[in-house]
Amino acid sequence: MASTIFRSLHTNPCLLHPTALLRRKMSFSATPDKVKPQVKVAPNIQNKTLEKASKDYEAVIGIETHVQLNTLTKAFCSCPYNYGSPPNTSVCPVCMGLPGALPVLNMKVIESAIKVGLSLNCKLSFNSKFDRKQYFYPDLPKGYQISQFDVPIATGGYIDVDLPLEYGGGHRKFGITRVHMEEDAGKLLHSEGGSYSQESYERLRFTLSLFWILFVYFMQVDLNRAGVPLLEIVSEPDMRTGIEAAEYAAELQRLVRYLGVSNGNMQEGSLRCDVNISVRPIGHIEFGTKVEIKNLNSFSSVSRAIDYEISRQVLLHSQGEDKEIVQETRLWEEGAQKTITMRKKEGLADYRYFPEPDLPGVFLTQDYVGGIRNTLPELPETKRRRYEKMGLSMQDVLFLANDVNVAEFFDTTITKGADVKLATNWIMGDIAAYMKNEKLTINEIKLSPKELAELIASIKDGTISGKIGKEILFELLAKGGTVKGLIEEKDLIVDPAEIEKMVEKVVSDNPKQLEQYRGGKTKLQGYFAGQVMKLSKGKANPGLLNKILLEKLNAKS
Amino acid sequence: MLSTLQPPRSLSHFRTNPTLLLRYTSLKPLSSLSSQPVIHSTITDQPQSPNPLPHSQILSTRHSLLSRHLTATQLADSFLARLRLTEPHLRSFLHVSDSVLAQARELDEKIQRNEELGPLAGVLVAVKDNICTAEMPSTAGSRVLEGYTPPYDATAVRKIKELGGIVVGKTNLDEFGMGSTTEGSAFQVTANPWDVSRVPGGSSGGSAAAVSARQCMVSLGSDTGGSVRQPASFCGVVGLKPTYGRVSRFGLMAYASSLDVIGCFGMSVADAGILLHAISGHDRLDATSSKREVPNLEAEFVSISSLDSKPLKGLRIGLIRETLDDGVDTGVTSAVRNAALHLEELGCFVNEVSLPSFSLGLPAYYILASSESSSNLSRYDGVRYGNHVAADELNSQYKDSRAKGFGSEVKRRILTGTYALSAGYYDAYYKRAQQVRTIIRKSFKAALDENDILISPAAPSAAYKIGEKNNDPLAMYAGDIMTVNVNLAGLPALVLPCGFVEGGSAGLPVGLQMIGAAFDEGKLLKVGHIFEQTLQNCNFVPPLIADEVTS
Repeated sequence: MASTIFRSLHTNPCLLHPTALLRRKMSFSATPDKVKPQVKVAPNIQNKTLEKASKDYEAVIGIETHVQLNTLTKAFCSCPYNYGSPPNTSVCPVCMGLPGALPVLNMKVIESAIKVGLSLNCKLSFNSKFDRKQYFYPDLPKGYQISQFDVPIATGGYIDVDLPLEYGGGHRKFGITRVHMEEDAGKLLHSEGGSYSQESYERLRFTLSLFWILFVYFMQVDLNRAGVPLLEIVSEPDMRTGIEAAEYAAELQRLVRYLGVSNGNMQEGSLRCDVNISVRPIGHIEFGTKVEIKNLNSFSSVSRAIDYEISRQVLLHSQGEDKEIVQETRLWEEGAQKTITMRKKEGLADYRYFPEPDLPGVFLTQDYVGGIRNTLPELPETKRRRYEKMGLSMQDVLFLANDVNVAEFFDTTITKGADVKLATNWIMGDIAAYMKNEKLTINEIKLSPKELAELIASIKDGTISGKIGKEILFELLAKGGTVKGLIEEKDLIVDPAEIEKMVEKVVSDNPKQLEQYRGGKTKLQGYFAGQVMKLSKGKANPGLLNKILLEKLNAKS
Repeated sequence: MLSTLQPPRSLSHFRTNPTLLLRYTSLKPLSSLSSQPVIHSTITDQPQSPNPLPHSQILSTRHSLLSRHLTATQLADSFLARLRLTEPHLRSFLHVSDSVLAQARELDEKIQRNEELGPLAGVLVAVKDNICTAEMPSTAGSRVLEGYTPPYDATAVRKIKELGGIVVGKTNLDEFGMGSTTEGSAFQVTANPWDVSRVPGGSSGGSAAAVSARQCMVSLGSDTGGSVRQPASFCGVVGLKPTYGRVSRFGLMAYASSLDVIGCFGMSVADAGILLHAISGHDRLDATSSKREVPNLEAEFVSISSLDSKPLKGLRIGLIRETLDDGVDTGVTSAVRNAALHLEELGCFVNEVSLPSFSLGLPAYYILASSESSSNLSRYDGVRYGNHVAADELNSQYKDSRAKGFGSEVKRRILTGTYALSAGYYDAYYKRAQQVRTIIRKSFKAALDENDILISPAAPSAAYKIGEKNNDPLAMYAGDIMTVNVNLAGLPALVLPCGFVEGGSAGLPVGLQMIGAAFDEGKLLKVGHIFEQTLQNCNFVPPLIADEVTS
């Protein structure tokens, strides 16, 4: 593949379009994974034979995840990284791999790695180091990647996952083999898709004044991403289905967002999953031949690609053609909804790892780690278990704990004294619907947890009706303000004398119903209340109204 | 492949010609020292006619400028004139700056305005071409970087400029520092000013020759396995390899990162020391640079007149026994033994010490240096800068760019290192070499606990003929036996001329190596300074310029 890319670049020197090149070319799942935890699964198109066969086999799945850390600067130089910046505008001699330049470790990378390691229940290496992983590729400026080889910063942990209810629910614990730190590579710029504007060409030439014109013409590499810190998280081969794998990835995303170490955004490549998958007859201990799948840009593609790959391998097994399963890297084709061969592995690549001599060893102290441990926030798993104990249903728990900001909103609302169940209903109902329609995050809405708590209290104590409450909610969401202020604005009737007049009118206008009520049909109280409310155009204070109404109805019994 | 190096078959290969001590007559009694001028007063207006004793060119420049005795322009003119005159014979520069005079004039205007001057004001510094300079090409002597000008100055260069130094140009070297003769440069062969048919040593041969021939006042080199010290010995100048981490490597094109250091050349110990002081210190751009404070090294250069008869009384000197074994030229051995006698006369206790692991250093060095270089040189792929060979296919582009860009010695080391790091060989080569390195470090530590300074020859022979060892890389590698151990141990070492052997028209200089404890450059400079100021009847001005002065 490398050679074809290169050739196309080489033969189309004038067709350069950097901005188009920065975008990933694959199509993505339309739903932003920011908002939505659950996984969509393609309709099951497997035929019956396959369904039968799949009962005799099990898949063994492990995932390698690359998490891009959101440190202010890159791992080994002081360049900032902003996704989507014009090509080669965030580069320096160090991340371009110029002669004589040396890496200096950004200590924030260690801090993030420790946070993730601790949160994944790993054992930390107090005496670790960096190594060089060596291979040639145009997006790798130094000809080696600074990574960690035999002493990763964290090893031997696990992650707890609650599966979505629509897929049967359940709790799983997946092993974490290791977490290590490394640097990202640059990106090859593909040249199709329009011509290069003169303006951007000049700008590029200016920023690349260090490079040869030859370079500008022949090889298009954007090194903005080169040197950006990554954590590689390797799971144990503990997953068995596409759903489990997707939910594992979703939990990692949740975790890094809770920790604030990454935006975890799959579309931007801040969270990348490579899946290893093999299939074996149930009962066998030996693993089948492992296939790697790349190009998974959403949780649903993780799930669907795995399910597709399981079917493919099971089919080959059941037809006695398991020799056809070879160790290879396959690409998930979103359009065709299938995996295709990317490259066959011809023996193991020899990366000739050796300790990075430009960087001193990484030595941690108990104090340093302890300090970081003390700043860890409540993690998704702990939060879910706490919500469960608060009496919330699993569906509520999964929804609220999915997004750290939603969870925080909820927690603050509760701290302000709101009823748990009511707060949950408001957040999961009208507030979530509003956010979805307006494409806003919970941090972007104008409603504050304090006002939500106030709103819930006002309805509960009868100051306003539920109907008015809803009206106020939408005003708070869109425009902000306080519940008290909005109640005043609504000119609600709180004068008992005024309400009494209306009650008297309704009672005298409905003698028949009054007689029935007094004859024992007390249910009619609701009818009367409705009539009074209607008369007040919904503005009567429901608490007062009911109190006065009851007095009147029961007055001359 | 490298296992053939162990044990080094080498040492028996050295020339064992009978040697004569030229111009090295006897040690002058110390009682007469008081009659010698102090270095501050040895300032001369005409560097062409050097004082018999090495003097500090840096201090005399400062003195001349401050006393308005000479202008910076005059000084620069005289050095540039000599540079132009000698360069056709020596070819020590790959690039000569065209702004030296302009900078000197600027400095003179500053002096006119009575502005404050930096401690290196007007000092003409040559810089080895594997050290990055923003306004001059920096090729590391390789085709792969032909025409490449870095966008930044190496930290050492930046510091020199900030202190007022003027960079004269970029000096020739063995490609990427890989070699011991400077014949490995892709561009030209540099000659030794003592005998232009001989090599100046390497890899910093250009920097050593330039100082020796007074083409500049001081120069920067780099020392990975002896690349400052061996050419200093061959060219009869002072070469200082600092402790690993003392000087920032930022901007030094990496050969073997765990061994590379930037070092200094000068005509006197004081010059090398003052230059080292200027470039030392922690650099936030080099994670391996030490945070240790840099002591005032200039304080070590006490005036000779203030010395008593035994100025080094009580100092314990260890003469490394293994460096005087078979395979070392007898002339070199006797020059070093005489130097030891001289040290004894200065009051030192000289003992022979044994470092049993000494011979292990050479194979360990070549494995580690090659391994690291195979990785460090991966970046020269023709993609972003330097030599680019257009090809239709990615792999051919890599292959062609590197095949045409690198010379044979570089390729040999890349292949050696790639092999040593390969799966299945790593433990047998790289890992074992690291273990040897630990042993060597410990044995040096032990020897330096017992002694203040260790001494040895800087090289097993004096400068040899151009082409002599070209076809025998192993013989060339073996020549590094005296120096590689010091890099493996990360220690500082000072090489200074101590005598002569027969050769050329005026004899060939021999260098004495003094090895100190980590970060103890101060002691080396103190001892070295007293040694050179009390060494009698040794004039280390090469015939090339002595002739020109008389003609």
